[in-house]
Parts: sequence; structure tokens; C-alpha cells
Amino acid sequence: MSDRVKFSNVKKRAAKDKIVFGLVCLFSFLSMIPLFLIIWEVVSKGYKNFNWRLFTQVAPSSMDALIAKMSGEPIPGGILNGITGTILIVGMAVLFTIPLGLFVGIYLSEHPENKFARTVSYLTDLLQGMPSIVIGIIAYIWVVKPLRSYSALAGSVALTIMMLPMVVRSTEETLKMLPRTLKESGLALGASYTSVIFRVILPSGFGGIFTGILLAVSRVMGETAPLMLTALGATVVNWNILKPTSAIPLLIWDFYNDPNLVDIIWSASLLLLIVIFLLNWIAKIVARRWKI
Amino acid sequence: MKDKIFKGLLFAAALAILLLTAGVIYVLVKQSLNVFHEYGVFGFIFNAEWDPRPETEEYGAWSFIIGTLFTAFFALLLCIPFSLPVALFNGEYFKGYKISSFVSSVVDLLAGIPSIVYGLWGFYTLRPIVIQLGVNAQGFGIFLASIVLAVMIIPYASSLSAEFLSMIPDTVKEGAYSLGATRAETIRHVSLPMASSGIVAAYILALGRALGETMAVTMLIGNTTNVPTSLRDTGNTMASVIANQFGEADGLKLSALIGIGLLLFLITAVINLIAKFIMKKLSVR
Repeated sequence: MSDRVKFSNVKKRAAKDKIVFGLVCLFSFLSMIPLFLIIWEVVSKGYKNFNWRLFTQVAPSSMDALIAKMSGEPIPGGILNGITGTILIVGMAVLFTIPLGLFVGIYLSEHPENKFARTVSYLTDLLQGMPSIVIGIIAYIWVVKPLRSYSALAGSVALTIMMLPMVVRSTEETLKMLPRTLKESGLALGASYTSVIFRVILPSGFGGIFTGILLAVSRVMGETAPLMLTALGATVVNWNILKPTSAIPLLIWDFYNDPNLVDIIWSASLLLLIVIFLLNWIAKIVARRWKI
Repeated sequence: MKDKIFKGLLFAAALAILLLTAGVIYVLVKQSLNVFHEYGVFGFIFNAEWDPRPETEEYGAWSFIIGTLFTAFFALLLCIPFSLPVALFNGEYFKGYKISSFVSSVVDLLAGIPSIVYGLWGFYTLRPIVIQLGVNAQGFGIFLASIVLAVMIIPYASSLSAEFLSMIPDTVKEGAYSLGATRAETIRHVSLPMASSGIVAAYILALGRALGETMAVTMLIGNTTNVPTSLRDTGNTMASVIANQFGEADGLKLSALIGIGLLLFLITAVINLIAKFIMKKLSVR
């Protein structure tokens, strides 16, 4: 009698165990579905306009698109002004970020016990959690207001503030993983501190540092909100860093707000996703290749 | 000599972070001083009226604060039943297996998708579904924005939780198995309690993400200035009202928007510091 009761109890527990396992698997796979849904939507709607024109022509005006639409033709134009703008803005941000981010990262990894370094480390966390729209406000006040014009420069200042904490963190963490003996043996051989850092430490940590930079770039590539307050957007290709400049995400925002231009929105998103996923993929390969 | 210059440069770079943060707080406070002067700190925070018309101009942040907290917490709630299984899948059941690295990289890619693409997906794919569910006529609102936000924060919540789960030593779990506990019971009574503070920190960080998210929310929440009281309502978050109205703002309105930015900065800063504090304590142990 009592044996049977116990046995059914064990069975129940085993069944419960299986159910929990099943639910964990089910919900894990459910969590992956949105990614495929998003990719599917962007690819299936975007491949039609994903052609040479996308890279060679600037975004069409609303009027041109309307005329083309009424005569049943595909929308003319591409997103050249967005592509060049993204290259300009993100490129400048990378130039600002790398030296500063690396130096701060080196400093933090070299002085882990220092009180000042610990404060800087906390502040880096603080900056990392700062919402992108607030960063947009900062760059607006710092750059747009004094120069009295929206500009690519303001946009890259905003993106620099976003990338900086990520690069600092990845540099710091990578360098902290290097064995102390590496630095000590360099110094023991009579090399100066500077050359030990540049010739020994940085090359050894190259994989982790480079991965961090790539991931930071892929993170800010699709940022829209801070650019709305700083780079604003432009209808032509612009290489002047002091003038309003467009970017791919800014164009997507414009297309979203203009019913005549909706057709081209998906090709622009497709390009953005391809670049971001490519950067992530390269980052993964680099991380695996140059593992410490 | 060269070393001295180089060490000086390193110090200067670190100092730049300090100055940067100080500069951020300084300009946010200075530029929003106007609005806090006009209404008082609490008068601005707890006023639900937002009226930019020149004759009856009045600015308060309350409806946006409520909108932000409402969407973020609801999104956090929605994300738990998905992110926790992912964390268990990667950090417990399939720890170290190939399948877990596949699942975690797929989920991590969710974090790479730009906010604006999430907005498009929400607008073109989810909005019709929300309308069909009969939530509200236009589909826009707290409900739609929260769903998309929940998807966006799944990777943040799950990857960190998985990390903490995988750090639990096997011997502890083996102890439970040897006493006859099933895997589910071990998770319930050993793994989850042991990793609980780490998991809580992960969710707090995810909450911080949700609070500051801008573009997707701006595209989906409906952008009205009422205080949202139910999931069906439209509204505005602090981030979305800035994104929407900053362009044409000047004078007191600009100051009010920057004031909202300052409040948002403070809220996310506190949230992040709490999470980091919990994690620091864990790593010391």
C-alpha cells in the first residue's frame, strides 16, 4: 500500500522533471523566433530594391517617388547619401574613440587598486548605461549649439560617447587577462615601459581589443536617436564635417515617416543588418583566432 | 622621459573620462535649470500637464515618467518567461554543448538589431496582430511598445543570467542529485537560489536598457501626452518625447525636454549602479 503511494510520487516527480525540461526547451526556441521573423521580413521585402542603384544614387524626393509610384514604376534613387554619411560619422567616431579608449583601458588595467582608477571605472559604467537619446542631447549642447549648425562632427561626438565605455571595458578586461610575467619579462630585458606596452602588451591583447572595437562599431552603426539631434540628415552626399549629414538609420526614419518612400525602407534596413551581422561575425572569428 | 610622457598621457585619458562625466552632468543641470526654476523640482516631476501652446504653456514630466516606468516594467515582466528558459538552457541543461553556443549566439544577435528595425517590425508585423487581438483600434500604445521592448531585452537578461548559472560548481548540484533530487528540483532548490542575486542584477540591467530605449518605442507608443492608465492606452516615454519634440523646441520647452533627459539619466544611473553593486559583491565572494 505505502509502496504504491511512494512509487506514484516518484513517477510524478519524474514527470514534472520532464515537463520542466520540455518547457525550458520550448521557450528557448520560442525566444529565437523573433530574430528569424525580423530577418525574414527585412529580406523578403528588401531584396527587390537591393540593387546597384541603392549604392549609387541619393535618396529620392517625396515628389519623384510619388510620380514613379503613380506610373507604376519602382521608386527611383538609393541611399548613397546615407551610406557616405554613415561612413563619415562612424569613421570619425572610431578615430576619436580608439586612442582615448585604449589609453583609458590601459590605465585601468595598470592601476587596478588605485582609488582614482576605481572612480574612473565606475564612471565608465555610468556612461555605458546612459540612454542614447541623452547622449544626443549632450552632443547637441556641446557641438551643435556653439557651431550653430547640425553637423556630422556633432553626430560623431555622440557616437564617440557611446563607443568609448565599450572600448575601455573590452581593452581593460583583455589586458587584465594577460599574465603579469609578460610585462615583467619585457621590463627585465631592459625595454622601456612605453615599448613594453606598445610592443608586448597591446599586440598580445590584440584579439580582445579588436573584437571590442568591432562590436562597439556594430552597436552604434544602427543608432538613430542621437543622430536625429546632431547630424539631422541631408538630401545630398556631404563630406563636410561641419554640415548636416545623413546616415542609413536616419534615412530609414525619413522613409518611415513618408508614405511615398516606404518601398525603399526595407532595402536600407537589409543593408544595415548585413553590415551589422558581418561585423559581429568578423568579431567572433577574430576573438577565436587571437584567443589569449 | 618618454615613459613619463606616456604615463602622463594615460593619466590624462583617464582624467578625460572624469571630465566627460562631469561635463555631462553639468550641461544637463545647467540647461534644465530654467524649467526647474519655473516650476520647482517636484512641481515639474509631478505635473502631468504638457502643453506647448504659447498662451497656455505648461510643462510637466509626470505622464512621461509613468509611461516610461509602465512600458519598461511590463516589458521586463513579459521577457522573464523567455529569458529565464534561455538562461537555463545555456547555463544549466546544455552548458558546454554545441547547441547552447548556437542558441546563445542567435539570442545575442537579437541585441545587434538596431532599434529602428525593431520599430519597423513592430509597426508592420506586430501592429496588425495587436489590432486583431482587439487591444485598441490603431494598435499603437503601451502594449505594442512593451512587447517589442521585451524582445529587445531578452538577450541582455538571458546571457548574464546564464553566466551566473554556469558559475555554480557542479559538486553542489551533484550533492542534490545524490540525495535523490531530480534535475528540475535541483534547479528550483539549488541553482536558482544560488544564482539569484546574479540573476536579479541581470534583470535590473535589462530594465535599465528598457528605460532608455528610444526609437522602437517612439515608433510604436502612439506619442500622446496623457498619463497612461492601462495597457490599451497610448502614451509617451521620457525618451520618446525627447526624440519627438526636440527638433522644433526652444526656450522653456527645450529646457523642459533637457530636464526630462536629466531625470532619465538619473533614473538609469541609479538602476545601473544598483545592478553593478550587486555584481561587485558577488565577484568579491
